[in-house]
Amino acid sequence: MKQAMTPEEIKEKKPYLDWSLSEKEYDYISEKLLHRLPNYTETGLYSAMWSEHCSYKKSKPVLRLFPNKNDRVLQGPGEGAGVVDIDDGQAVVFKAESHNHPSTVEPYQGAATGVGGILRDIFSMGARPIASLDSLHFGELSDAETRMKVDGVVRGIGDYGNCMGIPTVAGETTFDPCYKGNLLVNAMSVGLMDQKNQQEGNASGVGNAVMYVGAKTGRDGIHGATFASADFGSGNESQHSAVQVGDPFMEKLLMEACLELIQDHAEWLVGIQDMGAAGIVSSSAEMASEGNSGMDLDLDLVPQREPGMSAYEIMLSESQERMLLCVKKGHEEDVKKIFDYYDLEVVTIGRITEGHQYVLHHDGQVVCDIPVSTLTDDVLEVESEEKKPQRLIDAEKEANWVPEIDDVAVVYQELLTQPTIADKSWITRQYDSQVRTSTVVGPGSDAGVIRVRGTKKALSMTTDGNGRLVYLNPYVGGKIALVEAASNIIASGALPLAITDCLNYGDPTDPEIFWELHHSIEGMAEACRVFDTPVISGNVSLYNENNGSAIYPTPMVGMVGLIKDAKYVIPSRVQHAGDKLYLVGKTGDDYAGSELQKMMTGDIAGTLADFDLEHVHDYLSRLLQAEQSGLVASAHDLSEGGLAVAAAETVFKTELGLNADFRALDKKQFFSETPGRMLVSVAPENVAAFEEIMQDDAMPAGEVVATQWLEVHLANAELNLPVTQMQKLWEEALPCAMKSKD
Amino acid sequence: MTTVRIYVTYKQSVFDPQAESVLNAIHQLGHEEVKDLTVGKFFDLQVEGDQAAVENTVKEVAESLLVNFNIETYKFEVLEAK
Amino acid sequence: MKIAVIQFPGSNCDIDLYSALHDVCNADVEYVSHKATSLDGFDAVMLPGGFSYGDYLRAGAIARFANVMPAVIKLANEGKPVFGTCNGFQILTEAGLLPGALKKNDSQKFVCETVPLEVVNNNTLFTTQYQAHERIALPIAHGEGSYYADEKTLDELEANHQVVFRYASENPNGSLRNIAGIVNKRGNVLGMMPHPERAVEALLGSTDGLRLFKSLLENGTVKTEA
Repeated sequence: MKQAMTPEEIKEKKPYLDWSLSEKEYDYISEKLLHRLPNYTETGLYSAMWSEHCSYKKSKPVLRLFPNKNDRVLQGPGEGAGVVDIDDGQAVVFKAESHNHPSTVEPYQGAATGVGGILRDIFSMGARPIASLDSLHFGELSDAETRMKVDGVVRGIGDYGNCMGIPTVAGETTFDPCYKGNLLVNAMSVGLMDQKNQQEGNASGVGNAVMYVGAKTGRDGIHGATFASADFGSGNESQHSAVQVGDPFMEKLLMEACLELIQDHAEWLVGIQDMGAAGIVSSSAEMASEGNSGMDLDLDLVPQREPGMSAYEIMLSESQERMLLCVKKGHEEDVKKIFDYYDLEVVTIGRITEGHQYVLHHDGQVVCDIPVSTLTDDVLEVESEEKKPQRLIDAEKEANWVPEIDDVAVVYQELLTQPTIADKSWITRQYDSQVRTSTVVGPGSDAGVIRVRGTKKALSMTTDGNGRLVYLNPYVGGKIALVEAASNIIASGALPLAITDCLNYGDPTDPEIFWELHHSIEGMAEACRVFDTPVISGNVSLYNENNGSAIYPTPMVGMVGLIKDAKYVIPSRVQHAGDKLYLVGKTGDDYAGSELQKMMTGDIAGTLADFDLEHVHDYLSRLLQAEQSGLVASAHDLSEGGLAVAAAETVFKTELGLNADFRALDKKQFFSETPGRMLVSVAPENVAAFEEIMQDDAMPAGEVVATQWLEVHLANAELNLPVTQMQKLWEEALPCAMKSKD
Repeated sequence: MTTVRIYVTYKQSVFDPQAESVLNAIHQLGHEEVKDLTVGKFFDLQVEGDQAAVENTVKEVAESLLVNFNIETYKFEVLEAK
Repeated sequence: MKIAVIQFPGSNCDIDLYSALHDVCNADVEYVSHKATSLDGFDAVMLPGGFSYGDYLRAGAIARFANVMPAVIKLANEGKPVFGTCNGFQILTEAGLLPGALKKNDSQKFVCETVPLEVVNNNTLFTTQYQAHERIALPIAHGEGSYYADEKTLDELEANHQVVFRYASENPNGSLRNIAGIVNKRGNVLGMMPHPERAVEALLGSTDGLRLFKSLLENGTVKTEA
């Protein structure tokens, strides 16, 4: 195979600039690391491995701000997924990953392979995936192209997860104009395992085999890693070749085979890793680096779907449904038998060697011979400039918008039909949420809940990202993102354990955007410490821009919580007439970034009030204690649309109504979005004990009634609305918006 | 070697909502002159043997696997014979 | 009564069927590989939901050629109970053990929700613990569940009381005559799109499916002699 350019030509013509490797990095590699010029293949490998997607070279300095340890954390960031102790020798394994760029270009395949990739991260750790979640952010549905993208993304997530037989149990979907040209698809997967089965991406032991399993390698997704790290200009069509195609059936077989190997024959296995971004090179180099080993691979042995692939293409292909194993010498045939049963391709493509060199053979030539660590550990961290965004400085000089509400019923009903607020069943019905028969709470509640078979335990899970608030105040918005997730978990009756995240931002070389990244991480990190929910995994997605305009900074928090006894899973909807209502947490005048503001003014603006994290944590912890004592009949977190929307949602799809006493609030406060609040119902016999625990932090707010009416008393308004009619508006809004023709 | 293309479609009597919605989309694009449409799938097979043997093989493959006669029907054509 | 749950490549509701039978009904149940060639020693066989062979070509079309299928057909011909849910139903029609076929949903979309059903025939091996015309609710989760058969076949199904379950409210997939589940003429092979195995525990929201398995376990092989 002849190479496209000689090392000298590469130095002169600088093709690496197109692969997102800077001249400074190239010079550093040739002068300081190799002491020679890298050849074509080597240059390609460096540009992929040194991309932000693989190396986090730009975000690392701020990612260090996150706490990532506590007594329960068994594995923090750096492996396929994070691992948390859930007692009884069991662990929950989870991670989220963004697939924004591929999904923007090809919504169906982009979303599908996003799900596939995150599932491989989970089972490569030795865990069986038990649930999927997603966080989706689109442009406005009035745009026909956006509607097609919504349809494609939802089908992609559904088709992959449904075929794999992993229930999709929770998630969120929002709509804002900033995501029009760069939508966000963040997929999260949660797995369960016995702690003894925990694996790592490690390759060591001289002579041990490096085995390739799964789908053949094709040219799909070449440079996907750098593609994900580059600005999104116009002319996306030319990038179509970078999108991978998923095969969930192959992945299902791969999962069963890998889990069989791990659970029944762990002694044959040294390490295992998914071939994700930057394909074979990232998985093999990371494994060798982790094992402090050398590695020698023969690329002619790699199963190939297309003829004539170059070494560079083979190494960087992001063909899906492939795994790399390090297997003890002498057990290659044993391992092969397992994969043979599932009709999966399995080939020994190389060996662990003495020393630390990463050597690749192709067509009888050595095409790469470099120290492993230069790919993985020597990446130059980038010091980024940062500057407080001008819009924030300007906003501080202006008074915040205050809504003027005339007819509260009209505003209320209109709010329920906003796509971000409206019922998401049109989406969630396309996902199998019950397969594996462990789903205690499926889509449409604060959090999804999965029981742990054979125990009394259950796991609660949620994804939350509110870009609007982070845009208006990255620090406070970051805190709110975490509090929102924790509130959802606690609403379900679970103790928050830990989080994963997807950090979705614009171009970090813009100092204002880096400032957003930095300060939102500070806010999230502070809240993580207060709630004792360390960050155990996650990913960073930068350059989410379209024609120079960035998305809202949108950190997505994926949180998992533990319910010790599934008997105390708390529903989000009211249960019995006569139960007493409480509003937990104080309500302020928080309209900046609210759904109400967007609906009434067409945009979001203003500044966010800071809040006392310690106090919120204190009363939410007491609420959890009340839930675990069986004192709480239902609990629903307040988020977009505030108390108004939460009150409606607690009675929708029930046969009950409310007689709600919110006389402490005025009309506009009914829609305020002050963080850290919850609408709770308590059976009359538990009222005294509940109030004893909650003290001043739960305000009595009326009761649940047997008639399907929402009777609401505010300081300056009275409402009495039929639940069924409101529910109809709420249910029909999304299907109707998806059908509109223009 | 003969290249044979097998077309599989729903029988006329079977309602195909996919065809309906594609036709609707075509009309929305302004092409009212498109009056009907059939959606189906095709399979290109490279088959060894003489013409009679090839036809036999094709029929057997189509009728045992590729077609569900409860709802589908098929036809085939020879694209290329070498 | 010893029950086999067949695992095809791509089956994914196998664990659901197994645990409904094993954990909830205390039944004697075993997984059997699609590569097995004999079902000797089993009194009943169940084909689970999922995406056998990726549902490529047509749902169930490739599974019907699996090694185990001749044994399934043999067992059915012996009059022993055969049950298929979702993908299992699709396989049973593809294999010719049940008439008709399952098309893509009219909406062209996968649909997962709990739907009301009418128990049309409570006089089968699988339904004796239900009341005649009782309304129950079971989850569905499929993309290709629109039951189709020609008019003559549909009339025969009705005349022979082979329609066992019907969608009782909105038709979720376009099935002709709202058919959700049918038995063969002999009454020992039941196929249905809804998932009774997903409705056997109160913790998960419903127990309406439990009586199907209890009916079968109670009736066992007794009625099949008829």
